[in-house]
Amino acid sequence: MKLTLRIWRQAAPNQAGNYDSHELTKVSPDLSLLEALDQLNEQLINNGERPVNFEHDCREGICGSCGFLVNGQAHGPLAATSVCQLYLREFKDGSVLTLEPWRARAFPLIQDLMVDRSALDRLIAAGGYCSTGTGQAPDGNALPVGRQQATSAFDTATCIGCGACVASCRNASASLFVAAKLAHLGQLPQGQPERSTRAQSMQERMTQEGFGSCSSNLECEAVCPQEISADWISWMHRESLR
Amino acid sequence: MSGLPSARIPTGPIADAWRRTKEGLPLISPLRKGQIDVLVVGTGLAGASAAATLAQQGYRVTVLSFHDSPRRAHSVAAQGGINAARSVAVDGDSISRLFADTLKGGDFRAREAGCQRLAEISSGIIDQCVAQGVPFAREYGGSLATRSFGGALVSRTFYARGQTGQQLLYGAYQAMMRQVELGHIRLLTRRDVLELITIGGVARGVVARHLLNGELEVYTARTVVLCSGGYSNVYFLSTNALKSNASAIWRAHRKGALFANPCFTQIHPTCIPSGDDFQSKLTLMSESLRNDGRIWLPMQAGDMRAAADIPEAERDYFLERMYPTYGNMTPRDVASRRARELCNKGHGVGPGGRSVFLDLTDAVARDGKDAIAARYGNLMTMYQRISGDDPYTTPMRIYPAPHYTMGGLWVDYQLMSSIPGLFVLGEANYSEHGANRLGASALMQGLADGYFIAPATVTAYLANSSAKEISSEHPNCREAVHNTQARINAVVNNRGNTSVDSFHRELGALMIDRCGISRHAEGLRDGISQVQTLEQQFKAEVRVPGEAAGPNAELEKALRLDDFFGLAQLMLRDALAREESCGAHFREEHQSCEGEALRDDVNFAHIAAWEYSSTGKPIRHAEPLQFTALKPSTRSYK
Ligand SMILES: Cc1cc2nc3c(=O)[nH]c(=O)nc-3n(C[C@H](O)[C@H](O)[C@H](O)COP(=O)(O)OP(=O)(O)OC[C@H]3O[C@@H](n4cnc5c(N)ncnc54)[C@H](O)[C@@H]3O)c2cc1C
Ligand code: FES
Repeated sequence: MKLTLRIWRQAAPNQAGNYDSHELTKVSPDLSLLEALDQLNEQLINNGERPVNFEHDCREGICGSCGFLVNGQAHGPLAATSVCQLYLREFKDGSVLTLEPWRARAFPLIQDLMVDRSALDRLIAAGGYCSTGTGQAPDGNALPVGRQQATSAFDTATCIGCGACVASCRNASASLFVAAKLAHLGQLPQGQPERSTRAQSMQERMTQEGFGSCSSNLECEAVCPQEISADWISWMHRESLR
Repeated sequence: MSGLPSARIPTGPIADAWRRTKEGLPLISPLRKGQIDVLVVGTGLAGASAAATLAQQGYRVTVLSFHDSPRRAHSVAAQGGINAARSVAVDGDSISRLFADTLKGGDFRAREAGCQRLAEISSGIIDQCVAQGVPFAREYGGSLATRSFGGALVSRTFYARGQTGQQLLYGAYQAMMRQVELGHIRLLTRRDVLELITIGGVARGVVARHLLNGELEVYTARTVVLCSGGYSNVYFLSTNALKSNASAIWRAHRKGALFANPCFTQIHPTCIPSGDDFQSKLTLMSESLRNDGRIWLPMQAGDMRAAADIPEAERDYFLERMYPTYGNMTPRDVASRRARELCNKGHGVGPGGRSVFLDLTDAVARDGKDAIAARYGNLMTMYQRISGDDPYTTPMRIYPAPHYTMGGLWVDYQLMSSIPGLFVLGEANYSEHGANRLGASALMQGLADGYFIAPATVTAYLANSSAKEISSEHPNCREAVHNTQARINAVVNNRGNTSVDSFHRELGALMIDRCGISRHAEGLRDGISQVQTLEQQFKAEVRVPGEAAGPNAELEKALRLDDFFGLAQLMLRDALAREESCGAHFREEHQSCEGEALRDDVNFAHIAAWEYSSTGKPIRHAEPLQFTALKPSTRSYK
């Protein structure tokens, strides 16, 4: 099939950026969008040009490395899909796709489609854990966890830290990211001792890192590749009042 | 360095030997630990768990990873689960059973004391992870749930749906981030470790390239802990993440660390096959699917009908037919080899006849779609997304793909390499999996290494070493930086015309053909010379646009591929020297008339440990393996 890629090119944070259009005249619909970018990059390299820089690694939707906007949508048009899992057969022959990096104050641009998401790690550092040391653990069966409860905790624990929720929020809020972590640990017996302090310090850190407050328009939930529910954001707000 | 150091295997009965060893290891006061720098390379299960634990003990830990976040390490992709022997299981699992399965699964090419230790530690790993909030699957009553997994007849695999690696990694990552917040860990992301620094033959630091500004940085410490993962990407297409690489261990090997059994690589039977030239990876479908899925091929070669049009009587459920006891659960190497043989005979399905059916439609009919979705939901979605087919109604197509490398840097019982002060953990080392790893045992090993073994043995090493701090201006540091810079300049300034990936694709095709599921002397010998030629071409013709300063993904790839060329040759040599078939290493010359592997315990019951030589002729050392608790038997999965 044929594909036109309009890609945001910006060599460095302090340089101006612009869209470059590239045609892929013969590309298999069975390739992923990232593989189409690989193909384009090989063309660029053969012409002695600088290839497009984008983050990726696992290419199976689990590491959270990849992520950019496709025609304005984080990770593209498919629900519950990170962009490495987006296949060209989802698009019509001859489509024009505009690829643009995450734009958020807390995610400074590095190059092309690549941004710095280390703020998410610092949110975890602020309290996204159970303070337990190695070798001090009680029997894993000592505290029973009901199947329902385990499943619900798991569902929130699946966040891959890609940043799509932030990128698609009008206020560039990390509320869904933080709520997911609070809900994961807050639903398990192991997370109880630090439950209140965790909620407080992670939310404080969110503001310090330059993330906005929740815009309540639920875009985050719509783009989340792991389909984490935005209901957890209201849950988080109640959590702070505990 | 030359020769093979002592493996420091404990004397006496192997049961409880680890506890006895540990009790005899020297300690360091918490106060002194605070003045000791430790370097950890990698933040996968092995690296993150080691870093968190060493920092908790009081060391000043520096962690380096090429990823932008520790949470992205390749461990995140592990799907199926983690093994542990817990006495609570109803089917009578025990430490001795897990020990025996590990040793047998590895076809008696691992140290028995190491396998025993792994089985003894395993249960504590689960407790540790539960305490961190890892949301393992639970039974209705609230206790931990298990399932049975490739090659095991007992249910000892703990899991978190199809995302076990992710959940375990996040547990370790979070523990590590807590130590970062406490100021005990200095976390340095986007750093590619390109060289090991040794002083007087002792590991004292690394050279890393800052992946955003391109600068070379020196980090020194009293000890270096490498947790940089496996090297399946030598095959280009594999189930590994695209940036997984061998550079850290290969560079250490060139500095004197012995490389053990490099040819022991596992080809996983259940992966989504390749199609287009630009396909960038082979996605694993967790073999937990083999619990409910049936593997088959058309009985008739060249049968091009769609699966649904092939009547039951004309299907060959070949694993069930050949291995009635284990059936679809036969170990990975056996399943892979059989699939390849039948495809070679023309029974294969899909593009190029390079795949077999993995059929869950019987299970869907039996248990209902919801039950299957609850068990394998994310895998089914992933398959559908990648292939465009619905696995609930149409059999999936799968084919073997490189997946895991049992080989790695040689380590002694205390996980120290042949370079004093250099510890190697996780998939990067050669340890308990022998010639073939059991499903769900890599996560167990990585976490055993990081949470429990290395924290004790690294301390013991440090207690006995009197090394002084060194400055990054030390001549050996300067020399390491100089050499690395020269390597980078050579690549960047090369005026070639060919992309890195084209060379990598070619190397991969060669390696899978010569050193994949099945190997023979002639192919291996010829492979060595072909890799050498390709390496020369690469050096002369590769094109890396852009500069050494600033982000340059092509430069990163070129440096990794440069190291893969050396490793590929060593793998071929190792496969050639091992004149037997064992585990995942199948030499066509060494098989019974029924096509089963013929192991040679008289001549090859040893670990081959290769010493680097700048002349291009590496030296093969042999560490003999002794078996006291379990006598070598022939694997039989009939
Ligand atoms: C798809 C898939 C599914 C799997 N499923 C299972 C399973 O169900 N059960 C099981 O037991 N095992 C499974 N495995 C195997 C298991 O996941 C791995 O063996 C294990 O996670 C490896 O962990 P590790 O810590 O050794 O390395 P990794 O997780 O690979 O981590 C390597 C780390 O080193 C860093 N690094 C590497 N090189 C450098 C360098 N030069 N400079 C700086 N940093 C570097 C990386 O950034 C990363 O942080 C699976 C593997 C794959 C590919
Ligand atoms: S590349 Fe890992 S999630 Fe997309």
